[in-house]
Amino acid sequence: MIVELTVNGEPVTARVNHPGSLLDLLRDDLGLPGSKSACEQGECGSCSVILDGALVCSCLVLAADAHGSAVTTVEGISEPGALHPVQEAMHRAGAVQCGFCTPGIVVAAADLFAVNPHPTATEIKEALAGNICRCTGYGAIVRALEGAEIVADR
Amino acid sequence: MSTRTGRKVGTPQGVVGTSPLRPDGIPKLQGRFEYAQDLAAEGMLWAATVRSPHARARIASIDIAPALAIGGVHACLTADDVPGRATFGLEHPDQPVLAAQEARFWGEPVAVVAAEDLDTARRAAAAIEVGYEPLEALTDPEEANRRDEVFRRMRIRRGDQSVRGAVVVEGEYEVGMQDQAPLGTEAGLAVPDGQGGVDLYATSQYVHVDQEQVVASLGLRPDQVRSHPTGIGGAFGAREDVNLHIHLCMLALHTGRPVKMVYRRSESFTGHVHRHPAWLRYRHEADRDGRLVRVEASVVLDGGAYASTTSAVLANACYFAVGPYTCDSVAVDGVGVRTNNPPCGAMRGFGAVQVCFGYESQMDRLAHALEMDPLTLREINALETGHPLATTGQVIQTPLPTVEVIKSLQAMPLPEAGPSDLPTELPGGSGLTSEPQHVTRGVGYALGIKNLGFSEGSDDYAQARVRITDSGAVVETAAIEVGQGLVTVLAQIARSALGISHVEVAHVDTSKIDSAGSTSASRQTQVSGGATLEAAQRLRERILGQFDGDVLDDEGVWRGDTLVTPWTALAAGDWEETVTFRHPPTTMTDDNGQGVAHADFAVAGHRAVVDVDVELGLVKVLRVDTAQDVGLALNPQSVRGQIEGGILQGVGLAVMEELVMGEGVILNPTFTDYLLPTILDAPEVEALLIEQEGSWGPYGAKGVGEPPTISSTAAVAAAIRAASGREIERVPVRPQDIALP
Ligand code: FES
Ligand code: FES
Repeated sequence: MIVELTVNGEPVTARVNHPGSLLDLLRDDLGLPGSKSACEQGECGSCSVILDGALVCSCLVLAADAHGSAVTTVEGISEPGALHPVQEAMHRAGAVQCGFCTPGIVVAAADLFAVNPHPTATEIKEALAGNICRCTGYGAIVRALEGAEIVADR
Repeated sequence: MSTRTGRKVGTPQGVVGTSPLRPDGIPKLQGRFEYAQDLAAEGMLWAATVRSPHARARIASIDIAPALAIGGVHACLTADDVPGRATFGLEHPDQPVLAAQEARFWGEPVAVVAAEDLDTARRAAAAIEVGYEPLEALTDPEEANRRDEVFRRMRIRRGDQSVRGAVVVEGEYEVGMQDQAPLGTEAGLAVPDGQGGVDLYATSQYVHVDQEQVVASLGLRPDQVRSHPTGIGGAFGAREDVNLHIHLCMLALHTGRPVKMVYRRSESFTGHVHRHPAWLRYRHEADRDGRLVRVEASVVLDGGAYASTTSAVLANACYFAVGPYTCDSVAVDGVGVRTNNPPCGAMRGFGAVQVCFGYESQMDRLAHALEMDPLTLREINALETGHPLATTGQVIQTPLPTVEVIKSLQAMPLPEAGPSDLPTELPGGSGLTSEPQHVTRGVGYALGIKNLGFSEGSDDYAQARVRITDSGAVVETAAIEVGQGLVTVLAQIARSALGISHVEVAHVDTSKIDSAGSTSASRQTQVSGGATLEAAQRLRERILGQFDGDVLDDEGVWRGDTLVTPWTALAAGDWEETVTFRHPPTTMTDDNGQGVAHADFAVAGHRAVVDVDVELGLVKVLRVDTAQDVGLALNPQSVRGQIEGGILQGVGLAVMEELVMGEGVILNPTFTDYLLPTILDAPEVEALLIEQEGSWGPYGAKGVGEPPTISSTAAVAAAIRAASGREIERVPVRPQDIALP
């Protein structure tokens, strides 16, 4: 079937021949590999995107169900050429190691900051409870986001 | 020539001892960093693997015709199609590239296919008809030991074997099978070069050893195979062994097309080796003052179906079986058995993790028997510089601040008593199952020791090249950046040595540079860092000598206040230095396990604070504080990152991470069932870096990646023991071990 949707503000049309997920559509058909595939069953958050305003695991959304939707991926989380405050804060705090979890965490954290610009450590942890990071032990991620408001207010 | 006017020599930015921002940080944050999963090439095919559904079976027949009949399928390859050596292996090539007559573990590759797209490849893999005749699987390590199905036996005898102590404690301990679970699964792309050779871009910790194994199994000349470092999502030991590498190259050369393969998570759990499950028996004897006089240990590791690195892991487990303690009468017997369980091999800590749970449980038991403070007992027996390692007798040459680690842990403040008011902070978390009045607090300590670098006489070297470029310098290396920050620290080392700020690191393929060895054994900062330092120093000296200068900085070569050679002129020359660095030599030990087996050592200690609901068997790990011997920290932020990440993997092994086996079958090969610590499971961490200049690492560095995982597990187990009063003789600690002992 033909799937029409808006991705990072751009209207796109894709022919979906497979019973695949929105994640497959983004990565394989639309050339947006920023969203990562690590479990394909909604457990790790590597594939997080914002779908019609809601944070979702794109591996759990059928590509066909995204027809008519607006999707924001990590590639569209900041203005071109700029960093989202969350990205800036994570970079400075050393919150990136292998980076495979990072796009999903950026999207989830950006979603949190959009509704709660001054989250507490507990709120940060609850917002990121669906994102697995195997490298950092999460300490630097929490430190980064606790300080992110400073960057945002700058 | 320009003249310096009242200007001091430029201080280079981003040198050792600082924490410059990662050069790959922004691309990773923006989703632009390219991982093996993201690779694509014109005309690319997709591959899939057919795997044995049995732990052990005779392969009576393989019919590929139904798969080939599917439109878009380009190749179905089996053992008969392996052009060169039929087997591979890091230490002993005993593992079939594709199983031939017999499949020996659940998930063993039997055939591979390549097709126009992924769905077709997977359908083709499912269509291949393999006639299996299931055979009795050997899955009990004790039985394997009895049948002498072993990869290696170790026997260590040191000192007078008749010594006996006044106080004796004995114990048996078990460690479950942990998985590295790197977030990126195995993936790769092989591209034929049109002349019979192939370029491989695949997840790896060690591209040169992949290249050698591809060369052997494809029957090619070494110059026909180039293995390229590629972006990977973590490693932790899982990427030392070959998995899809040979398959991809076979398919690419067979079809003449680029071929890509990405393992699904469930495949990843069978597609790489795991941490060895272990069964330990200990007897510690001490005098009434708490001095260890005799330690006896027996170590059984299940190596699974193929050798991988079992021999080296077993050796490490045995060499560190006493921990960072002195003792002059020691007997250790170890065996790594061969079974039909999944192959086990390298994982962060490499044998030292399993025994640490054993010897630290014993030290606590001993302290209890002696009615002594557990840290005091450890201090009395602390192994330090100048002492012989209890097992091998090797005299410790490197600074080993064991006592300082203990004293630092002692001095760290404890959190407020009593469980938190926040329901989510209680055991059970957001399940809201525990009531504060049923929660008890426990504190536990553990120390661990680990070798740094390869051991037992292996020729452990790394090559690096430093080259002057238009903008500064580049460090070329085949060492793999797994996320730890090698890409930052090698540049820092070169900046410090050259005196310039503009240095980049380039990860080049196996044809461009000699091996850097594996990114494992906490070794790259020391070994590739050592090569980088020496190359940069030599290059600087040669440049200064050539132009009779006294200072090199980002502008060029200075003689006094005069810029005698501007950078543009330097860059026009052909300035480069290539160095192969070797650490102090080690030897294979003798028949009693005696000898100089290790190049360097590091110690770390952990203090865990847990809340336990004993009735429900639930645990909340509140804090894990640590003091770690890091040599001199070249990049404090990265060191902290290694410490926090390593601790959480240790916490995972303590309370949740286990591959559960049923007759050789992994029962939980998904992220739904193999539990990884989330941000809500992560304890607070206070990390104290104990900085003493290491003996041979660049700028006094020691490797820091593994020590955080060695004793964090044991510390959490000790804390659970203190909170619950249970013996806790097994990790991971399951609810039933606490609630229904
Ligand atoms: S890949 Fe979607 S949650 Fe893991
Ligand atoms: S940085 Fe590697 S998984 Fe998070």
